[in-house]
Formats: sequence, structure tokens, C-alpha cells
Amino acid sequence: METLLVDGEAVRARFPILGRTVHGRPLVYLDTAATAQRPEAVIEAEAAYSREHNANVHRGIHTLAEEATGAYEGCRRRVAAFLGAPGPRGVVMTRNATAAINLVARGLEHTLGAGDEIVLTVMEHHANLVPWIQLARRTGAVLRHAGFDPETGELDLDGMIRLIGPRTRLVGLVHVSNVLGTINPVAEVAEAAHRAGALVLVDAAQSVGHMPVAYPELGADFLVFSAHKCYGPMGLGFLVSTPETLERLEPVEGGGEMIERVELDAATWAEIPYRFEAGTPNVAAAAAFPAALDLLEAIGLPAVREHEIALNARAVETLERLGGLRIVGPRDPAARGGLVAFDDPLVHPHDMATIVDTRGVAVRAGHHCAQPLHRVLGLVATTRASWGVYTTGDEIEALAGAIAFARRTMGA
Amino acid sequence: MSTIPLDELYREVILDHHRHPRGRKPLAHPDVEAAGLNPSCGDEVTLQLELDGDRIADVAVLGRGCAVSTASGSMLAELIRGRTLDEARAIAERFREVMHGEAAPEEVDLGDLEALTGVRKFPVRIKCALLPWVTLLDDALARAGEADRD
Repeated sequence: METLLVDGEAVRARFPILGRTVHGRPLVYLDTAATAQRPEAVIEAEAAYSREHNANVHRGIHTLAEEATGAYEGCRRRVAAFLGAPGPRGVVMTRNATAAINLVARGLEHTLGAGDEIVLTVMEHHANLVPWIQLARRTGAVLRHAGFDPETGELDLDGMIRLIGPRTRLVGLVHVSNVLGTINPVAEVAEAAHRAGALVLVDAAQSVGHMPVAYPELGADFLVFSAHKCYGPMGLGFLVSTPETLERLEPVEGGGEMIERVELDAATWAEIPYRFEAGTPNVAAAAAFPAALDLLEAIGLPAVREHEIALNARAVETLERLGGLRIVGPRDPAARGGLVAFDDPLVHPHDMATIVDTRGVAVRAGHHCAQPLHRVLGLVATTRASWGVYTTGDEIEALAGAIAFARRTMGA
Repeated sequence: MSTIPLDELYREVILDHHRHPRGRKPLAHPDVEAAGLNPSCGDEVTLQLELDGDRIADVAVLGRGCAVSTASGSMLAELIRGRTLDEARAIAERFREVMHGEAAPEEVDLGDLEALTGVRKFPVRIKCALLPWVTLLDDALARAGEADRD
């Protein structure tokens, strides 16, 4: 396997979109936490599938159908291997990470009753809050939320463990917060949850592809993530588990592909994991995603992580030099995922994002689908910059220059 | 490659309203209070109206928002104070039509609000400009109508 220099042009050159300009300036893409840009190999693999192999999966006998099925199932095997998961039969392919969480929440509905408890954290993305709100409404289950320190961004681990009790059926938490960057001690939470007989779901949307993530080490029963935050196509997500655990979920979407035998008034389900994959899936995305994982492994996940830690350090230092910004989340660059969110009392996040965009700098402004988290911070919105393998130190400098320009524009 | 007309978004009159927003003092005895939310950014605005019959005797626009929504709220406070409910509704409807591209700004007299029409070049920010006005139209004026009848 070739070795790539993470901060070098070798990596950047693989991402064609990075060559474009925005408002006449080179694109400075600092919104990887929303979606990562795609390398040429992924774009090409998706096109090659459409050009040469397109067919529906599983039912077909003809050559194209066999090739398409091979590509689709190849993705399942590749993801299981990438995460060190027990095997492809524990991997369900979904539309995105949100769909995977909904699949678990609705799939567990038949096991929950009034008074059962679901333990989450207040730093969750709405994707790991709302499906449980809906489940609680339908079943009478009770939601409990562990807090975090608004100064350090640290999860109240002791508090969370205290919330876990004999009625706890599921514990859900985010691996890396998409606003604070906090990396949560998933294994410790999982241990406490398992002692209480509860299942554990970890939202790994911000960690997979950005740091080494090993399914067995996290200790979670369910791990979810999206391909598009991991340099792959949109429209593809994963629920990673074990066949035995998936057996506990009721399939909630019925249709083709997920059945074994259908009568007019009865049906039996296909084996795991196919019973959770009703209808035609996004085969082109599945055919292309392994190319993203190949690139990440060629660079090496520890090197990817080191690169993002270096960018965290650079960003915190650069933003602090500007003065007057409130950076949220952990101080230690090694204690956060590859992102920095901040509040500038002089420039509202929406104004900030609009103005820095005129300098070609793409950042995200708003509540980042984490309104309860922002309430704990005492903020309505933040501005977030996030990185990937292609981000450079110069781009952080460009961000700082653009923030200074925004302040001048607003007369601050 | 076009450069984006930033100075059309942040015109001097908008920045002035943003730095010195009018109507920021909470009313002691509001007859009507209405809250509006911009779900895309989470910004919240609270409108308070004090009524004298069908006339708006005083108005307050509270909450922290971006420069565009703050300036828009400040202009709202200036424009509707002393107006009747129907007059306020007419201004709000006119402004909404212009911002949604259903009427040209030169067809209607918008006063200071004309400065906000540059926001139309930034489609994602139109909601910011409309937040206080939509809150006025959809919530505050409906409540005011009821309060007036009581």
C-alpha cells in the first residue's frame, strides 16, 4: 500500500472539488463535519457502476445483476472489516445514520413498555434525540439525559452512569459531538449499561473515517454512521451490530427484498440483515464507498487522526489570537474530533457564515441540529469549522483572515 | 465569476439599525406577546405590543438575532408604532410579498425597509429578514385582533 503524506498536495489532488473557486477565490472547505468531499476514486467508482454494472440486486440471475449484487455485498463485507465488526451479517445498509437510529428505535418498540427508561445525553444530534422522543410517546417509556460541563464540554460520566438503572432498556450516546468535538468514553458507558442489562447505541457519524474506530472496543451493541461524512456518497448509512443483537429488532419497513415467503395475508422475514433492507437500495453508493475506505487505509487512520489533532491545535491557537471568541468544547486538541465551534459576540453566526463565504470560506452556522446542547451553552447558535484529510494549516489562516474581515464588515 | 454584493446585504442603514436597534426595551404591560422562531438557525424573536383600541401604542422586539433579523426587527418597531392594526398588517404583507419576489420593491413604498431588499440576493437569509414580520403577521396581529375585540 502506498503511503500518503496527509498534509501534502498528494491527498488534496485526489479531491477534484478542491480545485474550484467560490466568488472568485479558491474554495476553503471547512464543513467536512456536515459532509466530507469525495475523492476521485469514489466519484469514478460510482460512475463506473452506473456505466458498466447497473442492475437490481439479489433477485437477478443475469450477469449484471450478479455484478451489482457482488458490489453491494462487497461494501457490507468491507465495512465490517474496516470496523473490525464480527461479520457482514451484522451490518445493515440504510439511507443514512439517521435512518439507522430510527431502525433501532422502531425495531425495539415491541420490547418497551410504560416506565421503561432510555438514557441519552443532552449533547446528542437531533438524530439521536427525536427517534427516542417518538418512541417514548408511543410506548410511555421515559427519557433521561446526562449533562455536560458547558466550560469543558466534558460528559457528566458519573451522572450518566447514575441514570442507568434496572428499568433502562437502551443507552444512546454520540461518540464525537458534532458541536463540542468532545470524544465520549463510550466503552465506560457501555459497561455500565450492560451491567444493567441495557442495549447501547453509539452515534459514530463524526468519528468513523476520522480516527481509528473499532466496533469491539467501543462495546456498543449498535454503531451507526453515514458514508457521506466518511468521504463516500450520500444516501448510504450503516447500522453495525451482531446478527444475534439484530435478531431482537422487529423489521419496521416491509416490502420486497426483506421477505422469505409472502401470502396475501401473511409473510415471513428474510434472514438477517436482509429483513431490514426493504426495497431497492442505493447500490451505486455501496459500490463506490469501499474506494473511500481504501484511501483512508492507504493514509492510515492513526495518521488521519494525527492530522486532525494538529489542525485542532492550529485552529484553537489561531482563533484565540483573534481575541474575543468563545470556543466551545475541550481545550486539549487531542480530546476533540476534527472540528472547532465558536461564538463571536461581535458577529452573529449567520452573518459570519455569509461574510466568510464571500472569501471562499465554507463554514457552518446555526444550531447544527443540536438545540438542547446549545441551550446548555447559553447560546442559540455557533459557527463551526471542521476538517478532513485534505484540510491544510493555510486554510485555518484563511478562516482567521475571513473572520477579521467579517468583523470589519460589521463595523465591530 | 461574480463577486457577491456584500454591501447590498449589509447596507449602512442596516448596520445602523443592527448596532442601535430600536424598540429593545421590554414593555411593562404588553397586551400582546408573540414568539417567532427561525428553525434553520434557532434564532428567536419575541414581539410585544401595547394597544390603544385598534392602534399600536408601543412595541418591543426582543431576542438576539443576526444583523439582518435585528435590523429588520428594529425597523418594524419604528414603522408600526402608532399605526392601526390594519396599517401594520398592510406593511407586513407588502414587505413579505417583496421579499418573496411576488412584488417589485419599486412598486411599493417600503421606507427604511427598502434597505433590506438586497437580502433577496442571499436566498438563505430571506428568512432572517422576515422573522420579525412573519411573527407579527402570523401571531401577534391575530392575538391583537382578539385583544382588541375583548
